[in-house]
Amino acid sequence: MTGTAGTKDVVAARIGSGHRGASSGEAALSVRGLTVSYAEKPAVFSVDAAFAAGAMTAIIGPNGAGKSTLLKACLGIVPRLSGEVELFGQPLEKARHRIAYVPQRASVDWDFPATVLDLVKMGLFRSVGLFGRLRGEPEARARACLERVGMAGFADRQIGQLSGGQQQRVFLARALAQGADLYLLDEPFAGVDAATERAIVDVLRTLKSEGKTVIAVHHDLATVTEYFDRVFMINVSPVAEGPVAEAFTAETLMAAYGGRLAATHVDELALAGTRV
Amino acid sequence: MGAEFVQFSLTPILIGILASVACALPGNFLILRRQALIGDAISHVVLPGIVVAFLLSGVVAAMPMLLGAAASAIVAVVLIELVKRVGQVEPGAAMGVVFTTLFAAGVLLLEQSDTSSVHLDVEHALMGNLESLIWLRAGGWGSLFDPVALATLPPELGRMALACAVMIALTLVFWRWLKIATFDEGFAEALGIPAAPLGFGLVIASALAAVAAFEAVGSIIVIAMFICPPAAARLMTSNLERQVLWSVVFATLSAVAGYVMAGYGPLWLGGSDSVSAAGMIAAVSGVILGLACLFGPHRQRVGAARSGGVG
Repeated sequence: MTGTAGTKDVVAARIGSGHRGASSGEAALSVRGLTVSYAEKPAVFSVDAAFAAGAMTAIIGPNGAGKSTLLKACLGIVPRLSGEVELFGQPLEKARHRIAYVPQRASVDWDFPATVLDLVKMGLFRSVGLFGRLRGEPEARARACLERVGMAGFADRQIGQLSGGQQQRVFLARALAQGADLYLLDEPFAGVDAATERAIVDVLRTLKSEGKTVIAVHHDLATVTEYFDRVFMINVSPVAEGPVAEAFTAETLMAAYGGRLAATHVDELALAGTRV
Repeated sequence: MGAEFVQFSLTPILIGILASVACALPGNFLILRRQALIGDAISHVVLPGIVVAFLLSGVVAAMPMLLGAAASAIVAVVLIELVKRVGQVEPGAAMGVVFTTLFAAGVLLLEQSDTSSVHLDVEHALMGNLESLIWLRAGGWGSLFDPVALATLPPELGRMALACAVMIALTLVFWRWLKIATFDEGFAEALGIPAAPLGFGLVIASALAAVAAFEAVGSIIVIAMFICPPAAARLMTSNLERQVLWSVVFATLSAVAGYVMAGYGPLWLGGSDSVSAAGMIAAVSGVILGLACLFGPHRQRVGAARSGGVG
C-alpha cells in the first residue's frame, strides 16, 4: 500500500470533524476505546464513537470490518476486551429498557415453534417480566406494532411460513414492542423485497420524527445518502464519522474499503462530494 | 386391578412416568437448541461416577451414587466445553468424544473393581431395575391411605417425584427466559436475560434429572426420554406451550404402555417370560416418534432447512 500515509490523514481529518459534529447534541450511544477480539485477531479495535441522539446513522464498512460486532459489544452480547459504552450518558445495565435490538434475520432458526404474535410479544419482556400478564393490553400493544409494519394480518401465522421480507418486518415489530428510545438494527435490509425495504424505511423515519435514535448496520452503499443522516465508517478501527454530506465521500470510502470497492462503483454512488 | 396391581405395578409405573416426564421437559429445549445429544452424553458419563462412588464408599447406596453421578456429569460438561474451546472442535464431536471416553473408562473401572458381591454391573446401569421397585407391604388401594404401608414405599419413588417436581418448577419459573433465549440468544442478551448462564443451567438441570432417573430406571430410558417425546411432540404442533404438554403426554404414555407391554405383552403373544420394562418403555417412545413422523400434522417443519438462512 503506497498511499498509507495519505489514508491516515483522511482518517484523522474525518474522525476529527465527526467529533465536532457529535458534540453539538447529546449522544444516544457513546463508545470509548472499545476493542473486541474473537480468538487472537481483533474484530473491533480501539473504537471511539458518539452516535448523535435523534439521528439515523448508518454503520458501514467492508465484510469482516466489525460492524455487527460493534453493535453486539454495545449491547453486551459479545464480551469487550476493553473500552466503555454509555447509553444516554448511563452505563448499559441502567439503560437497557431504552434500547431495542433487531438482530440479523439469519441468526435465528425460523423453524422454532412460535407464531408471529408470540415472537412480537418477546419484545414486551422488559415491561411484563417473567410472570406478568401478556394478554389484554400488552397483546394489543404487540398487535399495534405488527400493524405499524404492515403485518397485522399475519399475527397467528407460524413464523416458519414467512418470507424473508416478512421475517424482517416481524423482527422490526418486536423491536417496536420494546418501546425504546434507541433502535439498533443489524442489516435490516439484507435480502428483503423492495416493498419491505420501503416499509422499513418508513417506520424508521417515523421513529426519527418521534425523536428516537436509529443506528443500523447497512451494506448497500447506494442507499446511504437517501436513507440516513449520518454515517459511521469502520474497518476494524473507525475510518470516518459525521453527517452523510461530510463523511460519506470517495476518500473515506477508499480508506475504509481500499481495493475492495471498484472505482467505477464509487463513481455511481450518490456521494456527498460529487453532488454539490 | 386390585391388591396385586398396587403391590407389583403401581410404584414401578409411577416411577417410570416421573422419570420420563423429568427428562422430557428439559429435552424440549435441548432439541430446539440442537443439543439433544447432551442427554445421551450425560447418561453415559454417570457410569464412571457411580463406579467411583461405589469404590470410595464401598456400598451401593443412593446418596453416594447420586453424588458420584452428579460429579461426573459436571466433569463431563466442563470437559465438553474445554474440548470445544481449546481444541476448536465442533460441539457434536466434542460431546461424542467426551462421553464415549468416560463411559469406556467407567466400564474398565467396573471390570477391574470387585463388584461381584453387589448388584452393580453394566446391564444394571443400562436397564436399571424398574421391575424390582415394588411395594410389598401394600395390601390394596387402601394402603395409599395407610401411613404404615406408605412408609415402606420404595425410596426411589420419593426421589423421582422430587426430581420431577423440581423440573416442572424450573420449567414454569424460567419459561419466558427459556423461550426467548432458545429462539434468539442475542436478542435475549440485549434484553438483559443471562442467556449463557441460562444455557448452562439448562444442561445442569438436565444432568440432575438424568442422574435421578438413571438410578431408578437406567440410562436407556433417560436417553430415549430426552429425545423421543419432545421430538414427537414437535411434530404434533408448532406452538411451544403445546409442544411441551404433548411431550409430557407422550412420556407418560410411553411409561405406562411400555411397562404394561413388557409385563404382559409376551404372555399375550404366547410367551412365558416378561421382558425388560426399561427397554420396552424406550422402544414404545421410539414407536410413538415413528408414528408422529408418519402422521404428525406438523411433520414437514422438523429438519427442514433454515428458511431464513438465505440472504
